[in-house]
Amino acid sequence: MAAVGALSRIARLGSRICKNRVTLSGNSQRRGIAACIDPSHGLTDEQKEFQKVAFDFAANEMAPHMAEWDQKEIFPVETMRKAAQLGFGGIYVQPDVGGSGLSRLDTSIIFEALSTGCVSTTAYISIHNMCAWMIDSYGNKEQREKFCPDLCSMEKFASYCLTEPGSGSDAASLLTSAQRKGDHYVLNGSKAFISGGGDTDVYVVMCRTGGKGPKGISCLVVEKGTPGLSFGKKEKKVGWNSQPTRAVIFEDCAVPVANRLGEEGQGFNFAMKGLNGGRINIASCSLGAAHASVQLARDHLLVRKQFGETLSNNQFLQFKLAEMATKLVASRLLIREAAQALQEDRPDAVAICSMAKLFATDECFNICNQALQMHGGYGYLKDYAVQQFVRDIRVHQILEGEVFSLSLAFLFVFCHILVWLLWFHVRQL
Amino acid sequence: LSCKVLSSVVTPCYCFVSPQIRVKPDNTGVVTDGVKHSMNPFCEIAVEEAVKLKEKKLIKEVVAVSCGPQQSQETIRTALAMGADRGIHVDVSGKDYENLGPLQVSKILAALAKQEDAQLILLGKQAIDDDCNQTGQMTAALLDWPQGTFASEVSLEGDKINLVREIDGGLEHIKINTPAVITADLRLNTPRYATLPNIMKAKKKKIVTVKPADLGVDVTSRLEVLKVEEPPQRQAGMKVETVEDLVVKLKEAGRV
Repeated sequence: MAAVGALSRIARLGSRICKNRVTLSGNSQRRGIAACIDPSHGLTDEQKEFQKVAFDFAANEMAPHMAEWDQKEIFPVETMRKAAQLGFGGIYVQPDVGGSGLSRLDTSIIFEALSTGCVSTTAYISIHNMCAWMIDSYGNKEQREKFCPDLCSMEKFASYCLTEPGSGSDAASLLTSAQRKGDHYVLNGSKAFISGGGDTDVYVVMCRTGGKGPKGISCLVVEKGTPGLSFGKKEKKVGWNSQPTRAVIFEDCAVPVANRLGEEGQGFNFAMKGLNGGRINIASCSLGAAHASVQLARDHLLVRKQFGETLSNNQFLQFKLAEMATKLVASRLLIREAAQALQEDRPDAVAICSMAKLFATDECFNICNQALQMHGGYGYLKDYAVQQFVRDIRVHQILEGEVFSLSLAFLFVFCHILVWLLWFHVRQL
Repeated sequence: LSCKVLSSVVTPCYCFVSPQIRVKPDNTGVVTDGVKHSMNPFCEIAVEEAVKLKEKKLIKEVVAVSCGPQQSQETIRTALAMGADRGIHVDVSGKDYENLGPLQVSKILAALAKQEDAQLILLGKQAIDDDCNQTGQMTAALLDWPQGTFASEVSLEGDKINLVREIDGGLEHIKINTPAVITADLRLNTPRYATLPNIMKAKKKKIVTVKPADLGVDVTSRLEVLKVEEPPQRQAGMKVETVEDLVVKLKEAGRV
């Protein structure tokens, strides 16, 4: 009976913690849910189920490998395909082409949960999802049937090509040209900082088919192996190491006109619409990292002793943790509201998506950074997961709408509103 | 095996994911406020096995059963998302739920098995909050059915079941008749993740709510919990210089 007892105790311990069927290693850290920052508050039963699957997948399939993927710069193809089998490859893509047909809010919840397992991989999955959605939403029947099923199952992987060496925030000034030659476009130019570039199969490319400015931009789908398509060296990054980043180079690359999404000149429109969702997704990834970091910080404070007692008895640290929890919940609420606004196509959708991205990426980075600080010297060691969360989400403040330029955009709009109000007031007088 | 119904019990148990389990100040139990409930891991394995048998077309239908308050329906939904066909929620709440033990649950299951004309009952071997490991055995006794407990391998052969059981001595191979009760052990299978499409399909599957009285079952407990305490603090050890000292100390402590 002793053997059965011992066996059941080990099983119970294993089941209780992270639902891992593997024995606990020294490094695997419990991700329990503290009631006040529980991300399942306010969700429907169905959303709680989605969230549960995503959390379980993150804890069992991603978290144990996140350090290795970062250190060895592994692009975890098999794990992502497993995720795709659960429906995570095309979360907001229509079911008739293999997607899961869920809402933006469901998507945010799922990415937030997956991010607790590995931010970098989840961020790539969200980019892949955006590409699949773009083809699903703006492609014709043939394009949708050709590309979407493979993307939803992650049989093929996708990359999004907008940024160039000379155009980041000023995306509309992109230079990659696509000259019409019969039933092909010939592409010349290069894209920079492309996530997945070189390892992915399908490239959704914004290029110039017409004149200057946004109205001259079209969207083309380029497949890997097309002659004239090549890649730069793999960039060495501070974080996001489980996804390769390369320049994508077009040299007289011929792409069939049949691969153009929508009409000529519509590309920039698609890009801007895509970015709204992209901002929510990236912000959701930051949220997951911050959530995991708060729990890691709390666990550490309960264990680390100085001056004769655990750090959790230190009032300053208690206040700090409470602040972190508050900002986490505030970020989460703003992101979920933005997701809802986008889903309902509300007039404030663009503004609130930008606000959510601006606020959440900044606050969540601060949360992760403070969590690292609370770990003391240990926080700086790669044996501890918190440093990876900090490194991985730092870039979220940069891409998909760089925070300073977002702020500038607001300032611009805000000033206009101020002037208008003043004028109105003066007229009243 | 033309199995009419396969009944699978899903026990919602307290899955303690807080850092520390705390005993209530009045020593009547452990603190359960703010603790997340989820499906008992062994029951997950049982559901997975049931769904697998259905996929192999060896059984016709999987019914997931849970006894407890309204929240138990969440656990049934998880089972439906894994592939069960329909659910039965036996509504037990409040004081009755706090006192619900294996005997009461097994009476409920026996009544349901008769009502549903089930040929097979698959449960987890024990719940991880109380570790009773009694429900399966009691259910089999009440129904006078053969039981295969701690199963690590199950295969159907005609109208008999081949079972491998994990026992202290190793692995035991037995063959039992149907109808039967099987309890799942850890190594029986690895439960699948519910997929997003299955979670959405699960919404359309039916969950029927019944009361124990409807089944003719009396859920009054025959047990009364007197006290719940934390285990004693671990005592410091002692170093001894020689073997003779060791024997003296052991005799003093009454161990020899």
